[in-house]
This record gives sequence, structure tokens and C-alpha cells, in this order.
Amino acid sequence: MKITVRIWRQKGPEAKGTMVPYELDDVSEHMSFLEMLDVLNERLTLEGEEPVAFDSDCREGICGMCGVVINGIAHGPEVTTTCQLHMRTFNDGDTIDIEPWRAGAFPVVKDLVVDRGAFDRIIAAGGYITAPTGSAPEANNLPVPKIDADHAFEAATCIGCGACVAACPNGSAMLFTAAKITHLGLLPQGQPERESRVLNMVEQMDAEGFGSCTNIGECTAACPKGIPLDVISQLNRDLMGALAKPGSA
Amino acid sequence: MASTQLTKKRVPASRSTVAMKYAMAVSGLIMVGYLILHMYGNLKVFGGQEAFDAYAHHLRTFGEPMLPYEGLLWIVRVALLASVLVHAWAAITLWRRNKAAAGYSGGKRYHSSKGATGVQRSYASFTLRWGGVIILVFIVYHLLHLTANVISPGGASDSPYQRTVNGFEIWWVVLSYTIAVLAVGLHLWHGIWSALTTLGQNRSKTRLASRLTPLAWFVSAVITIGFLLPPWAILLGITG
Repeated sequence: MKITVRIWRQKGPEAKGTMVPYELDDVSEHMSFLEMLDVLNERLTLEGEEPVAFDSDCREGICGMCGVVINGIAHGPEVTTTCQLHMRTFNDGDTIDIEPWRAGAFPVVKDLVVDRGAFDRIIAAGGYITAPTGSAPEANNLPVPKIDADHAFEAATCIGCGACVAACPNGSAMLFTAAKITHLGLLPQGQPERESRVLNMVEQMDAEGFGSCTNIGECTAACPKGIPLDVISQLNRDLMGALAKPGSA
Repeated sequence: MASTQLTKKRVPASRSTVAMKYAMAVSGLIMVGYLILHMYGNLKVFGGQEAFDAYAHHLRTFGEPMLPYEGLLWIVRVALLASVLVHAWAAITLWRRNKAAAGYSGGKRYHSSKGATGVQRSYASFTLRWGGVIILVFIVYHLLHLTANVISPGGASDSPYQRTVNGFEIWWVVLSYTIAVLAVGLHLWHGIWSALTTLGQNRSKTRLASRLTPLAWFVSAVITIGFLLPPWAILLGITG
């Protein structure tokens, strides 16, 4: 396949970026999207040019490290992570635009690499349970209704890749934050900190400069893990409940 | 640089963007409720001058003697004004914030010309902000026209029925009202769904799978058609 890629090149956080075209003549349709970038980078390195910086780690779709905006869509045209996207999705002669996640809270570090530390800080603000670790407790000591277990698990599959923020026209992190609220809020272990969790995580989400949710659902359409939209209503219900408690705010 | 240090300045959750969305949702739903009552009153035009004018008069004497003359009307007006102010304040505050949060670089967020219309979002969801501005301008024009009667195309009158008929016999008045009502319809098409979801009522995995979506479509369709019927019926000579 002959492919033209237009890639966002930006030397550093403060540098001005621009879209730069590269032509690739010999792309196999079996290549993953990131392998195609690897091939480009090998060529750039041989030619003495700076290779394109991008994030990736497991390349199995489970770590959440990779992610770029492909033709204006986070993770590209398939509902999966960028590493699990293959060149067979594209056609011979296509021009593919590749850009970093764009959000005020995700500053560009270099080229396609952004700093997603804001997500870590939202989790650090309350996305955990305070419990002694050690050996796993006897599972049957804490019965969890099947429907809650399934729903909590669904929310827990979030890998924190940031596609929801990149896809949201408001740069909102509601889906990410709400997934963790739902995951822990539906389980018995999450109950003692349920109210402080939603208050702290929402406060941190705002402090990071993320936008507000307009419920259009583009986040769920981009999410490689299929986090459902109802988690956002769950966060809204939990926050209303927490704010209604005397002395909470 | 330890990226997990929580050093950023935080504001209480009661003043968060999420709380602001609650205010926007509640004020919006109050206005939807008013629109349904308003639409009901408008449809009285099909009952003729006597029924329409009697209804308008009764609104002013409603609740007497417990309430003074026009008492109920003023309670509704104050509640509506408060709703409009809260709704617009939240909208403008969040609009500005969201633009910064989306991380535009040089006037554009993504430079690719593809994917600009999103993956699954509705056309209506693009109209909320500028549509809201159109609706606000229209409300001023509408109040000057049919409430205060300062603008009186077709002739002023003391009879609310006569004012309505005089105005809607003119094509451009009907056109201007039609544009505004369609803007309201699109606003509610997404707005009702969004308000109910913000208030925690969505239990479905996607927007289109939710029962709230057809509910929003139904209410906005009823309001749109209900408001378009009187002006078009008058223009086409079916009533009036």
C-alpha cells in the first residue's frame, strides 16, 4: 500500500507545531498502525531526521499508553486502541492525518506525546479504597449482587488512555472520572469513602482544567473499552447525594 | 516533577462545573415546563377571540383574592427571569471554560478536516450555544411585540387575540417566529436529554439506547408543532 501520513510535529512543549506530510510506499495491510509509524521512524533515523515521538507500551490494547487522533477521531476509525488498529482499515493511496490528544489539561510534550498526569492526580484525589492489602480475603464474605458486580467490572475496564477527553469537544474528563466513581461506588468496599471520593475527584477534575459534560456521547463512541455512558449519570447522582449531606460542602 | 502531587488550587464541589450543570438543567426544565403551559394558551386561538381573550384575562385574575391582580403572572415572570439568568450565566461560564479545556492551537483543535461532525452526535447538539443566543434575541423581540406591543406589525390592539392575528397575517412575522421556534425545537431535542442525564436519570449505555432520548424528541416535537400551528393557521387563513 502507498500511504501519505500528515503528522503533527512539535519539538517541545513550548514550540509551535505543524502538520508535516510523509510518503510511505511499502506499507503492508497486516501492519499495525504503530508498526507503520515504526517503519517511518526507522527511515527518518537513517536519513538523519528526528523520529516521530509517540507513546506506546504493551501494544496489546490493555495498557492505555498509546493513543493518537487519526483523521480527527481518537484512536481512529475502529473502536479500539491505536495499537490494535491495522493498516487494512485504510485504502491504498489514502492520506492519514495523525495528531496528538488535544486538551488544555493534556499539554503536548513532543510531537504526538502528551502529558496525561492530570488523570493520575484525579485518581490520587480519591479513586481508591483505603484498605489494608495483603492476602486476598475470602470472596464469599462480601456478597455482591451480580448486576452490580458486572456493572462495576465494566466501569473498571477503563485503561486511562484519554481518548474520551480527546474526543470530547469540551475536553471533559467526565467519562474517565465517572468510570472510577461507578466502579468503586457499586462495590461494598467502596462505600465508606463514596461521598468524599466523588467530592474530591470532581474538585480535582475541575482544578486540572477539564471542561464540562454536554452529554453528547462522543466519549463513549471513542472509548476502546466500551465504558457505558450511564456512568456519567451515576457520578451526577453520587455528587448530588454527597452535596445534599449537611456539612459536605 | 512528581506528577501525582495534588498541588493545584481546588474550589469546593458545590461550585464545580458539575454543580453548574445542575443549575443549568433545573433552570432549563423550569423553562420547558413554562413552554408547555404557554403552548396550551396559544392553542386557545383556535377557540376564537372570546376564548383566547378570556384565557388571557383569567391569567391575570388567577388566584384572586389570595393573589393581587396579575399576581400569578408576576410570580411566573420572576421565576422565568431567574431561570434565564442562571441558564445563560452557566452557559457562558462553561462555554468559555470548555473552549480552553479543548486545547485549541491556532484557532483549531484538530487540523484534520475529517471527523469534524463527530462520530454519533446529533445535529441538534451543534446548535445549543448559538441557537441559545438566537432564542434569547427572539425573546426580547417577542416580548416587545406581543407582550408590550411596542412593535406592532399589522396594527396594535388591546385585545391579545387581535394582536396575535394582526401580526401573523404578515409573512415575515411568521417567518421570524418559525425560525425561532425551530431553534427552540433543536435546543430541546438535545437539551431535555442532556438536562435529565445531568440530573442522573440516564441508565443506558448509549445516548440512543436511552429511554430519555425518545422522550426528549417527543416533548420537543410537541412543543415545536404546538407553537407553529397558530401562526401558520392565521397566515394561511385557517383561523383568525
